[in-house]
Amino acid sequence: MELDFLAVLAVFVAGFLFVFLTLTVGKLLRPHNPYPDKNATYECGERPIGEAWIQFNPRFYLIALIFLIFDVEIAFVFPIATVFKRFIAEGNGVLAFVELFIFMAVLLLGLVYVWVKGDLMWVKQITRPAPVKAEPGNPT
Amino acid sequence: MRALVDLLNRSFAVPAVYQPYLAAGVIFVLAFVIVVFAAVYSGVLIFAERRVAGRIMSRIGPNRVGPHGLLQFVADAVKLIVKEDIIPDASDRPLYRFAPYLMTMGVFAGFVVLPLSPHVIGADLNIGLLYVLAITAIAVVGVLMSGWASNSKWSLFGGMRSAAQIVSYEIPNALALLPGVLLAGTLSTQAIIRAQGGWPWEWYVFHSPMMLALFVIYFIAALAEGARIPFDLPEGESELVAGYFTEYTGFRFAAYFVGELAHTWIAGSLAVIVFLGGWQIPGVSVAEIDAAQGGMLWLYEALALAIFVLKMIFVVFLMIQLRWTLPRVRVDQMMVICWKYLLPITFVALFLILGFMLVWPWESVGGLLWRVAMTAVGLGVVVVYFWRVRYNIVAARDRLYLKFWI
Repeated sequence: MELDFLAVLAVFVAGFLFVFLTLTVGKLLRPHNPYPDKNATYECGERPIGEAWIQFNPRFYLIALIFLIFDVEIAFVFPIATVFKRFIAEGNGVLAFVELFIFMAVLLLGLVYVWVKGDLMWVKQITRPAPVKAEPGNPT
Repeated sequence: MRALVDLLNRSFAVPAVYQPYLAAGVIFVLAFVIVVFAAVYSGVLIFAERRVAGRIMSRIGPNRVGPHGLLQFVADAVKLIVKEDIIPDASDRPLYRFAPYLMTMGVFAGFVVLPLSPHVIGADLNIGLLYVLAITAIAVVGVLMSGWASNSKWSLFGGMRSAAQIVSYEIPNALALLPGVLLAGTLSTQAIIRAQGGWPWEWYVFHSPMMLALFVIYFIAALAEGARIPFDLPEGESELVAGYFTEYTGFRFAAYFVGELAHTWIAGSLAVIVFLGGWQIPGVSVAEIDAAQGGMLWLYEALALAIFVLKMIFVVFLMIQLRWTLPRVRVDQMMVICWKYLLPITFVALFLILGFMLVWPWESVGGLLWRVAMTAVGLGVVVVYFWRVRYNIVAARDRLYLKFWI
């Protein structure tokens, strides 16, 4: 088993070396002639205005939170999935099914909550109170 | 890998003291082989993709470098190696230079547990499936890192979109693979294949109607995971220039492409392993393969390899064909498809499969009848597919260029 995980490490090292060696060989062959205009950030041929290191839309933060919950759920469900067949063989299939159902249903409730709140929309509709209408014949 | 180490130990009568060193040496050599395989595969894929694109658009495609243009990718690689490596002044240099490594390392590491035949596999980890899902997520870090480190607005948008997309689609992707684990009772890729059979009605994809639906869902999610059209929002050329690698040039740019193309192998072979019966040979049971010796073993290995590669070609061709058929989805549509359609359907299908397993176990007569019926449905889908292709070809025959070897 240790041998198997050594293979994972070895592929990581080989993957690193693949890029590193090619870039090193390339360094001997490729030209190197930087100047300010060439090294400018690409912005459709214009001089870039301001930096890109800005505070970005927090919408991604919500999606990441939902993702985290579901990913942890998957991590928990995989072990149950591996023994589900054994549960059926021992005659406890219904028990395992009900337990899995309750576990997933609780998480699905979370999804329903987020859905109803509208956080799954890329462009979130913010509901505002309807604007006060000017009454006819009574200019304000 | 294990098989090769054992073979070397036996045939050269290696003393027990040296065996660990030999094993470590073999592993590192094989790791290099895996990386070269992944790189060459992505090169061949880009060639195939351009040729198929040419045919779909009724033109020829690359055919100048080497026989039928087969060496085009070598020429491209050489060109990219000798291109100047531009690092923008405004960027975060260390992060900018390191990001491509993460992309390639994450994707290549996924290849370790993907088998080609009963004995050709990097390492048969007992957590194989979970491992692939986890390790390929490292590539996302590379994508986000490049998006942020470039300090370019295009890169930032591309990186953020990519993170949102890959992170979202990871859930239907993983959950659609879950029934394979349920049915096989293991996470090891080889054991999941062994639990299936050679004939189509012994594949997991035809286990039940829900399984067929989950196969489609897995396929969609895998397309999104690999940022393939119609889900290539992170790099949508017409809107984001090149997305997260806008600022990259030369081989660093190529590293992203290698990672992305190599990912199609991971996505495709996961589909083949979990749904399409992997390397199982029709009519030959696993026990017979295990018991085979000498020449028969080599024959079985070669057959299994050919079957696996054939299935892979089918799945990857489907990906390429979709790429040149469908338009790109919008970013809000991308989120809606995942969270409001794929995810609820996946959960419902999962519950139904759990119930299905209770009512009709795999070995029962009812289960077999369901599988045969679903195989007929699957066959029908394939027949309709070819019938439509033929219909379209006949309709446009005079405007098509169908000669193969040009």
